[in-house]
Amino acid sequence: MNSDGRATTQQRLLSRLMQIAFIAVLLLLWSLATTVWGVSRILLPNPLNVWHQLVEVVSSGAFIPDLKVTLGELTAAFAIAMSLGVSLGYSISRSRFLIKVFEPLLAAIYAIPIILFLPLYVLLLGLGPGSKIALGATISFFPIVLSTIAGFGNVDRRLVIVARSMGANDLQMFRHVLLPAALPVILAGLRMGFTVALLSVIASETIASFAGLGHHIVDLAENMDTARMFAYIVFVIAIVAFLNAVVSRLERWVRWR
Amino acid sequence: MGAMAVSRTEVAHPIMPAAPNIWRRLERRPGIARLGVVILLLLIWEIAARYFLDRDFISPPSVVVMSLDKLFGTPGVPSALWLTLYEVAAAFVLSVIAGAGIGLAVGLNRFAHQSFMPIVLLLYGIPQITILPIFVLVFGVGVASKIAFGVSHGMFPIMISVTAGVQKIEPVLFVSARSMGANRWQLFRFVIFPHMIPSFFTGMRLGMSGVLLGVLLAELYVSTAGIGYFTSIFTQNFDATKLMGLVSMLAAIAIALNEIVRRAELHYARSRD
Repeated sequence: MNSDGRATTQQRLLSRLMQIAFIAVLLLLWSLATTVWGVSRILLPNPLNVWHQLVEVVSSGAFIPDLKVTLGELTAAFAIAMSLGVSLGYSISRSRFLIKVFEPLLAAIYAIPIILFLPLYVLLLGLGPGSKIALGATISFFPIVLSTIAGFGNVDRRLVIVARSMGANDLQMFRHVLLPAALPVILAGLRMGFTVALLSVIASETIASFAGLGHHIVDLAENMDTARMFAYIVFVIAIVAFLNAVVSRLERWVRWR
Repeated sequence: MGAMAVSRTEVAHPIMPAAPNIWRRLERRPGIARLGVVILLLLIWEIAARYFLDRDFISPPSVVVMSLDKLFGTPGVPSALWLTLYEVAAAFVLSVIAGAGIGLAVGLNRFAHQSFMPIVLLLYGIPQITILPIFVLVFGVGVASKIAFGVSHGMFPIMISVTAGVQKIEPVLFVSARSMGANRWQLFRFVIFPHMIPSFFTGMRLGMSGVLLGVLLAELYVSTAGIGYFTSIFTQNFDATKLMGLVSMLAAIAIALNEIVRRAELHYARSRD
């Protein structure tokens, strides 16, 4: 049990080994399944095959058109969500009454799976980028607006009173008191909004679309080109991880400034 | 009717003392103002859909509500809703079992925690929507792939909260229970179980929203009998009324399920602290 409070270096080394062993066993089972046990190539491609396909996908640059589509949709969706979310959140946060009226309402809508709106957006905006942008913007709007309300709404009253008594005007108040106090919370909301926008853009491409990274995975699945599909999935996961890492880095940089 | 009309005209007239009075009363009751906002939005939607927008694409809320019986009269829709509910229930039960089981195993053993928690977090960080086609490839287009995708979304939050909850138990409690001669079962029943309850219910709330997301994603992606089938049929037929009705039914189901687990969390998390 947990009675031993500290972990020795030996233990840490052992668990590192366990992790490597876990992944190694997984890879071994995978390759055994495809070579010895004869699992269908359509269900589970050979890992070496997947690797070759991955190298091919990355080096040929065949992913660029789809990546452009996805990034374009993501940028539009996030820009809409950010401008609407921050401006609405700021206006709501200016009054305690408005916070009390709108915050529970927004939180309640945020609790339903917004992916449900996708069929409506497809009906309204078609299968093109419009429905993806709309869904991504809707989903990422909520964390942004809620965190903006929380950020600006919870600024210490004393700071505001002190700044006022020192004769700060509205602009100075915003620039030197409200913004620095609210920024960390808003940035966290923006980062979360970015992540969910990215995921929902890919999700709506997967469900109903003509182009984009998500659509390409479905295309390969429908053509039973499983090895290339696995490679593409790994590639997309890497891109998502990369974008999220960039945004986290950006968040930390802005906060530090 | 008559009295209401009179009072309304009174309000409409700019009598100076009346207006601030109403504002002040509203200010004390944000719930009423909230209701007003919702009604106003519905009204805007109603007017816009009735007079300005194309009926093929958007339907006024009154029409959507009035034709809910037609939606349920469509052959296959009630059973599709039941099927979705069944998928969510099955996926949730499996997620709770798997999440609590693995969470306990990983949380109670220091070595297992050190070794496997990074792997769990890594798996949880994968954008699962990318592997949805694999689920369909392996489990088929039927019920199984929906349940499996729901479990893969719902399991991790439960696992992580249970692990975190168990980890927070003070080691002193284990030592004293052991020294009083508690066996393994008694240790679980009287030390671990009461302490994991709040985090377990938090995990179940997060797990439920995960399960709903996973099942709905898989349903919308490909479905031969569930609600995903009907959303695509209604979209192709430009049947905005039925589509909006179905989407609002699903949203209502999702809200109800979320609310049940949220209430449970509030109840148990509070009573233990």
